[in-house]
Amino acid sequence: MFQKFSRTSGVARAGAFAALAVSVALVATGCSAGTTQPGEGGEGGDANLSITFVPKNLGNAYFDTSDAGGAEAIEEFGGTYDEQAPAEGTPDGQVSFINTLTQQQVGGIALSANDPTALCDAINEARDAGVKVVTFDSDTSEDCRDLYINQATSEGIAKVQVDLIAEQIGDEGQIAILSATANATNQNAWIELMKEDLAANHPNIELVETVYGDDDDQTSFDKTEALLQTYPDLKGIVSPTTVGIAAAARYLQTSDFKGKVALTGLGTPNQMRDYVEDETVTAFALWNPADLGYLAAYATKALIEGTITGEEGDTFDAGKLGEYTVDAGGTVLLGDPYTFNAENIGEFDF
Amino acid sequence: MTESAITGTKTTVRTYKDYARPLWRRLIISREAAVIGGLILVLIVANSTVVNFGTPITFYYLLLDVLPILLIALPMTLIIITGEIDLSVASTMGLSSVVLGTLHQGGMPLELAALVALVVGAIAGAINGFLITVVGLPSLAVTIGTLALYRGLAVGLLGTTAVTEFTKSWKDFVKSKIGDTQIPTVILIFIVLAIAFAILLHFTPFGRGIFALGLNDEAAKFSGINVERTKFILFMLSGVISALAGIYYTLRFGTARGDNATGLELSVIAAVLLGGVSIFGGRGALHGVIAGVLLIGALGSALRLASITSDVINIITGTLLVLSVVSTSFLAWLHNKRTKPGGKKTLSQAAKS
Repeated sequence: MFQKFSRTSGVARAGAFAALAVSVALVATGCSAGTTQPGEGGEGGDANLSITFVPKNLGNAYFDTSDAGGAEAIEEFGGTYDEQAPAEGTPDGQVSFINTLTQQQVGGIALSANDPTALCDAINEARDAGVKVVTFDSDTSEDCRDLYINQATSEGIAKVQVDLIAEQIGDEGQIAILSATANATNQNAWIELMKEDLAANHPNIELVETVYGDDDDQTSFDKTEALLQTYPDLKGIVSPTTVGIAAAARYLQTSDFKGKVALTGLGTPNQMRDYVEDETVTAFALWNPADLGYLAAYATKALIEGTITGEEGDTFDAGKLGEYTVDAGGTVLLGDPYTFNAENIGEFDF
Repeated sequence: MTESAITGTKTTVRTYKDYARPLWRRLIISREAAVIGGLILVLIVANSTVVNFGTPITFYYLLLDVLPILLIALPMTLIIITGEIDLSVASTMGLSSVVLGTLHQGGMPLELAALVALVVGAIAGAINGFLITVVGLPSLAVTIGTLALYRGLAVGLLGTTAVTEFTKSWKDFVKSKIGDTQIPTVILIFIVLAIAFAILLHFTPFGRGIFALGLNDEAAKFSGINVERTKFILFMLSGVISALAGIYYTLRFGTARGDNATGLELSVIAAVLLGGVSIFGGRGALHGVIAGVLLIGALGSALRLASITSDVINIITGTLLVLSVVSTSFLAWLHNKRTKPGGKKTLSQAAKS
């Protein structure tokens, strides 16, 4: 009898233990639930200006920067900002969050899509329920979002890199390109445009070779070394890929070519900070993710308030960035790429 | 110990330890009941504190989200009860998704492509089963290997591209609801399979063999259970059901990609363990596992609706899982500690009476 009793109480305690754990979890979160309901807080006037940013994943410095830009804009116009995303960048994780936001009846979602089509059904359910959906950074199919905020055009990206290298080498001499893989679609498109720009506007610059570092750090490093050995008169290298420019900068930093051979291209401030501060690299380009998030927030606001519908030619006000116009295919272009140099690199952390 | 109790008291009859209590008490006071209680508690608390939780649409999304986990949890429960594990389930899902997508893109009707995907799943499971039962390797090592292998094949077949064109009627079917209710139709597939697996595990000699295997496979072998065949069948079942989950996943999200369902095996195993299945084998029941899956799903859904970030959700579900596993081990230890000296006490008390 005694034995039976103690056994029973042991199992009952297991149940109590589990129940306790569940209650603690729910009470802990239930308390905050009341205060962070985006659907309730954002009723500014008659429009529901609660806007939730759904980046590809959490803990990503690039999206932390873009979402902070969005938060700044939302605070300016008096909406409610929130950020929700899966821990890992998967489309199914984003679907759960989009479904949740639909139920919460937020005013708008600013989304960087993990897949161009997998999210469409969830997004369309949200839009049927009256939620405005704006994509930024990574687009979905055109028919399942209201607007896409495009960070840069191929022409813009090509032009800024040619301008930077021309300025750094005095508009004459030999240059080479260190690209990603030989069949990388984006890079090849940019390189073609760069060649056209060079031929048309910079006749004294000679592009001697395009090499491919395969977006691998070590390969890019080796290719940089090979370029400098093969072309002793080389004056500049353009690397339109973040892996390539960082590897090339690392090589230049410790070689005799530092300060003699110019390097520019597309890079991120955190990768390039060292090289800019010790003057291996004077300037490089990318877009500003904070502005991207800021613009996405204002575009969402304009959609929610009904000032625009996402048709080509619609114009809306985007706070400190000025006025923007919707282009064909429901896209809004952020503008020219942003140039990072020793003066402004300290302001960025991504 | 039991014998002394028998001699001590006239009323006690000889019973097995697990059957020492009356049926109603065994049903109500059990690990499974604790999980079901936890689930009900989550539902009640979430319903009253989280805005928008108590709507039919929440349960519609919840069921659609947890369906792959529910499906795979069925064979996984049986495998873990035998004391083995299958870590390759999510990779098998990815592989079946890619096979479905590639064949359909190549012009094969969706139904036929789905059938091929199921066969591929069966083969994937059979490879696991062969290596574990015939070659005699530990399932943990084998399925870690095939986790990488099947995922590699899936990503290799499609690269970084995705197939997104699927027959619309099938995509609509996956998201359809039963009549005017908010219950997804696909849940019926799960209900049928759940009943089949419950009968297989709890009401057939094959099922009793699974428990016996998990408790002591030597003893099971000598009592006439075909250990190899049983395990082989279970791993094949696991492959087929994972492939089925992969087909569902592909149609629900309308995209076949090599990285579909990455990491899902951890959610499945977590839910199975939370549902009261012993990781050491020999113990567990399907109703507890189903409640475990729904508990994790409902908790996640409630927390998302309460605008809790996914990192915090992961921390909470992880802690819950660790607590649930630790509490069983801790209570078992406590129980042993108390009954060993307690056994003597029972004897002396019995002798006195």
